[in-house]
Amino acid sequence: MTIRNLVTALCVAAVVAFSASLSEAKDWNKLRVGVEGAYPPFSWMETDGTLKGFDIDIALAICAEINAECELVAQDWDGIIPALLANKYDAIIASMSITEERKKKVSFSEKYYSTPAKFVRKKGSGIEINEAGLKGKTVGVQRATIHENFLKDNYGEIIEIKGYGTQDEAYLDFTAGRLDLLLADSVALDDGFLKTNAGKNAEFVGPGYSDPKWFGDGAGIAIRKGDTELQAILNKAITAIRANGTYKAINDKYFEFDVYGG
Amino acid sequence: MDFQLMIDSIPQLLEGAWMTVKLVALALALGICLAIPLALARVSKNPFLWMPVYGFIFVFRGTPLLVQIFIVYYGLGQSEAVRESIFWPFFKEAYWCAIFTFTLNTSAYTAEILRGAIQAVPHGEVEAARALGMPRLLMLRRVVVPRAFRLALPAYGNEIILMLKGSALASTITLLDLTGVARVIVARTFAPYELFIMAAIMYLALTLLIVRALKYAEWRLSPHLRPPRHSK
Repeated sequence: MTIRNLVTALCVAAVVAFSASLSEAKDWNKLRVGVEGAYPPFSWMETDGTLKGFDIDIALAICAEINAECELVAQDWDGIIPALLANKYDAIIASMSITEERKKKVSFSEKYYSTPAKFVRKKGSGIEINEAGLKGKTVGVQRATIHENFLKDNYGEIIEIKGYGTQDEAYLDFTAGRLDLLLADSVALDDGFLKTNAGKNAEFVGPGYSDPKWFGDGAGIAIRKGDTELQAILNKAITAIRANGTYKAINDKYFEFDVYGG
Repeated sequence: MDFQLMIDSIPQLLEGAWMTVKLVALALALGICLAIPLALARVSKNPFLWMPVYGFIFVFRGTPLLVQIFIVYYGLGQSEAVRESIFWPFFKEAYWCAIFTFTLNTSAYTAEILRGAIQAVPHGEVEAARALGMPRLLMLRRVVVPRAFRLALPAYGNEIILMLKGSALASTITLLDLTGVARVIVARTFAPYELFIMAAIMYLALTLLIVRALKYAEWRLSPHLRPPRHSK
């Protein structure tokens, strides 16, 4: 075989392999799931690089339920929707709240859990959650979240909002004393921060927020618009794992209460 | 492409660009002030002078800027000793953490550029200065350093542009520089294509300004290379 033939053969092989990989995605016997990996207890990365957490277990349970091979793709939060739209994976299972704003770009399954948002302050700081108490305070929040939108729309004029790529970075900065308050999902804050050694000097303050205008209708699985078949499959899978006890087993592994919510 | 969004985002992106300019300009100004003594120490024959400087340059050139900025911002803040020290008001601010890191980083590169330039100053010119009986410091001030500056200019221009682009890392520590602002808008509009293209255009515009300024500076500093002006 001459060099030229060899090169041609390699090119053909590459094109065939590439088009094969393109066409196989639509059967949903393989599901590529975008997850975050920096949002304990819903998802985190172990030091050896394995992904763990409630979202991860739900993703695996759903894949098992629909007999699909699961490929988990860890993706930074603020690029998680753009990467879905760019076809890097087919679904996002990353505690993403179902909001009107996001619905403009993606479709959602039914919710798979729903918990309120809360503020956290340093113990003894005495900060109260009202206009006067918040004035001039620095509040840490994860970038591109419902919590950031809520703060901007309601207190944007009177507080300084600091946006972080991950929730874990916000915890670091709170511990370092650069932040007066944190706003995030109450369960994430409780298990991911308050119950850890780093969060021992912090406490919840103020009410739980769940106004659908900002906080949506709970966390759902995001998919590309137009994947209606997948949407139906996922909704059926959520109902199924809720009914057959798989959801409860995962729930009880992480929480002492029902995170599915009312 | 959503052109309306691109146009609407311009005022916010310009605010971000201004933050980028402030960060880069201040870091470069402080960096070069630091780099001159560092470069002179680096070419010294005294091991107590050149060895620590060599170590400093080695560390800052040998580690990614992102890692450096994380160590300064997230790392230092975790230590009780730092938080209770008099330096905390300084390191508490993301802005000063960025300035601090960028300054040290650019001064390491600039010191190395200047070292090369100092060693490239033609030996004859140094000998001429010596022959005139110039004291060492005067010779440095009048001959070696000015000559080295001119020799270093093209390489230093590169460093300025690298610093401009490196400053995008400020967005990882909550600062709203050009990249930071673009990311915030993307977070709400999910339109990375439009916003990052706009950010890229603004970075290009800034780079163009730098390139033009450098060209002018090179022209000003090399009168001996220009054809003589004929008087009538």
